[in-house]
Amino acid sequence: MAVQYLAANRFGLGRRFDDPPIDDPKAWLTRQIGDYDPAPPALAALAGREAIATAYAEYRDERQAMRREANAAAMRDDGDAMSDPMPDAMRRMSRAGFRRHYVDAAGARLAAAIATPTPFAERLVHFWANHFAISADKQTVVGFAGHYENAAIRPHVMGKFADLLIAAVRHPAMLLYLDQAQSFGPDSIFATRIRNRGKRQAPGLNENLAREILELHTLGVRAGYTQADVTSFAKALTGLTVAGLGRGAGQRLMPADARPGETLFVGRLHQPGPQTILGKSYGQPDEKQAEAVLRDLAVHPATAKHVAIKLARHFTGDNPPAALVDRLSGDFLRTGGDLPSLYRTLIASPEPWAAAPTMFKSPWDWTVSMLRALKNPALGERQNIAAMFAQLGQPVWRPGSPKGYDDMVATWAGSAALMQRVELASRVAGRIGDRADARVLAPLILADALTPETAQAIGRADSPGQGIAMLFASPTFLRR
Amino acid sequence: MILSRRSIILSGITVAAAGALPGFAYAAAGTPKRLVFIIQRGAADGLAIVAPTGDPALAAARRAMADETAGGAKLDGMFTLHPALAATAGLYMGKQAHFAHAIATAYRDRSHFDGQNMLEGGGSRPYGRDDGWIGRLLTLLPPAERDAIAIAPAVPLALRGSVQVGTYAPSRLPQADADLIARLSALYANDPLLHPLWDSAIKTQELAGDIGGNNGRNGADLGKLAASLMLPADGARVMMVETGGWDTHSGQRGRLAAQLRGLDQLIGALQAGLGSAWSDTLVIVATEFGRTVEVNGTGGTDHGTASTAMLLGGGLNDGGKVSADWPGLGNAARYEGRDLKPTRSLESVIAGAVAHHYALDPGRVMSTLYPEA
Repeated sequence: MAVQYLAANRFGLGRRFDDPPIDDPKAWLTRQIGDYDPAPPALAALAGREAIATAYAEYRDERQAMRREANAAAMRDDGDAMSDPMPDAMRRMSRAGFRRHYVDAAGARLAAAIATPTPFAERLVHFWANHFAISADKQTVVGFAGHYENAAIRPHVMGKFADLLIAAVRHPAMLLYLDQAQSFGPDSIFATRIRNRGKRQAPGLNENLAREILELHTLGVRAGYTQADVTSFAKALTGLTVAGLGRGAGQRLMPADARPGETLFVGRLHQPGPQTILGKSYGQPDEKQAEAVLRDLAVHPATAKHVAIKLARHFTGDNPPAALVDRLSGDFLRTGGDLPSLYRTLIASPEPWAAAPTMFKSPWDWTVSMLRALKNPALGERQNIAAMFAQLGQPVWRPGSPKGYDDMVATWAGSAALMQRVELASRVAGRIGDRADARVLAPLILADALTPETAQAIGRADSPGQGIAMLFASPTFLRR
Repeated sequence: MILSRRSIILSGITVAAAGALPGFAYAAAGTPKRLVFIIQRGAADGLAIVAPTGDPALAAARRAMADETAGGAKLDGMFTLHPALAATAGLYMGKQAHFAHAIATAYRDRSHFDGQNMLEGGGSRPYGRDDGWIGRLLTLLPPAERDAIAIAPAVPLALRGSVQVGTYAPSRLPQADADLIARLSALYANDPLLHPLWDSAIKTQELAGDIGGNNGRNGADLGKLAASLMLPADGARVMMVETGGWDTHSGQRGRLAAQLRGLDQLIGALQAGLGSAWSDTLVIVATEFGRTVEVNGTGGTDHGTASTAMLLGGGLNDGGKVSADWPGLGNAARYEGRDLKPTRSLESVIAGAVAHHYALDPGRVMSTLYPEA
């Protein structure tokens, strides 16, 4: 079997042009667990959460000011209300402030993936970021998307699943994406006071985050929890919010020294009293209540199974072998969700090594592996990385739903998608020209998966550039 | 540099990194000379482009494809120009085209990569040089004639050297060329997943990336763009244009005709676009090597040795002529029993034409462009 190619592409992100051969694939992968750097140099220059939150707040304030002005103008013009209070061009300009953080972070993510000496660990970062998916569709989330992966996911991929879960749930990107910042305990001090005034409807509970944690992040869909569990969990989560960004009256309850973008627990928003979830009563005070629930969910047998299936699928294909799923799930339960142990079990298992590379690389995986293979820069200096992945069909951090991107062959193997890859390979090949020799590169990059057909096709290419395009469009390189 | 928006749209090519281009601010002294190098990547079949129809061995070797050039312009008693090259034939009649035949670089093997490297680098062995013959030529030219540009995403080897060179590249994802698509079709043929996907992708793909596509109009667009880059007073004076798709292992009749229609329109559009500057322009069209004398089993020809090169322009030394020390196509006359034998070096043809064009000392040009020859 093509163990070197599988190690480099199924587990890693493709061999770099300057990587030594992978003599002992399992040792190479295991070593990365210890060598992993949660803060790689490529990400060092990215903005912090306060700058990101401020950029969004400025946009929002400008828009509000403009709307007020437009309304005032409309009043003067006999009340002829404008349908669009802010012209498109002005809106784009204003948005650019926080969109830049997204574009910068997407570029840095690619740079980190190309440069990383621990590509297996980097793949796991991408895997977990997609498991705990946020989607940069919401204006409030856009600027935070990269920060979420770098601050909530990266530090915990070599730790306990529970800590990863809690970090993901508490990050402003998740709190804003799944509406937690607008969820208030129905009997919280805040809601009660508003209700007593009788002026307007009291703000209430939003179950979005609680439901997705149960369905997507931990137990899995139809894993035996009920609507009552969802509601109780949502109540336990109340009080968790984001300073300076969340909408609504809750913002007034923020402590004066709260910094924009900071995750806060505001006691007066929290639903008082114990909550019963999955038959267990949680009577902890304040935010300790939700944390206790999360810690139990993180080691639940259904969570072990759910995570095992997703991980096994990512490393074997559409229908992961039951034996592998059981082994991973058993390991997860035995260690209380110790992720490095899970990875070691995965590496030691025969199943990920047993088949030819049958999984179709995602646009991200394919592009990263192509760029890692080339010594010379293959993209223009001013290439907008975010736009490129949108064109390839996998916009970075924007899967469109909290479920994240699907992880199946059919998700990515489309005819237009294939042509787009060939076109990008052509363009890259045009930039590289004869600076790389595909005949030399193919045995390095495709390693023990290089087929005689591909070697021959590359050798017969009518130019060095065409040879490079053929290498990256070859049946093997499209797969992992 | 001034580029008309129309030409940009027509060609589908836009200025990439215009701000990063070297300055084009030289005052024109008299009428500056212009040079265009059109590379035919993939080994163009000289025996079908300028066909030696007067050689009795041609018909037997080319069999069913012997009439590939029927209807083409008779150049002299020996040679017939491919009928797709109508505008080029007109240039020949006006003594503005010269064909050098049975020529080859110093390269004698049959790898495209190596052959193109030698054609561009001008060295005596593949990958022996980091600079190219045009890059070295630029050092011989006055500053006003030194601004060079390639219509390519990166600077091709031929233009590399001590003088900075600009490039123009398509701004969006370019469409893959027809030849690459055909090769991938073969590579995916036995792949149960990729084969149907690719078939469907091709059906929806409008081929527009190569000069042969769109009934030659792609070539015309490329020629218009090239002229628009070279015509302005502060425009480029030296240009390299890349063309691919010449590797006609199968179905040569239709494919080569399409390629040549595109090339012909490219040349026609370049001449029209340059207007009176055409009389001070030299166009060199060359390929890395030729193709087999015999037709293969798939209506095509395989990698060979000698081929033909074109010199075009308003100020040629010997326009309206085919120059060849013709070796003959009989079995015994062939190189290694299969290819047209080279009887003259492409390097000397290029150096001679360039020296005449710029009125430079031929010996100095030869030793600068081809220091290892």
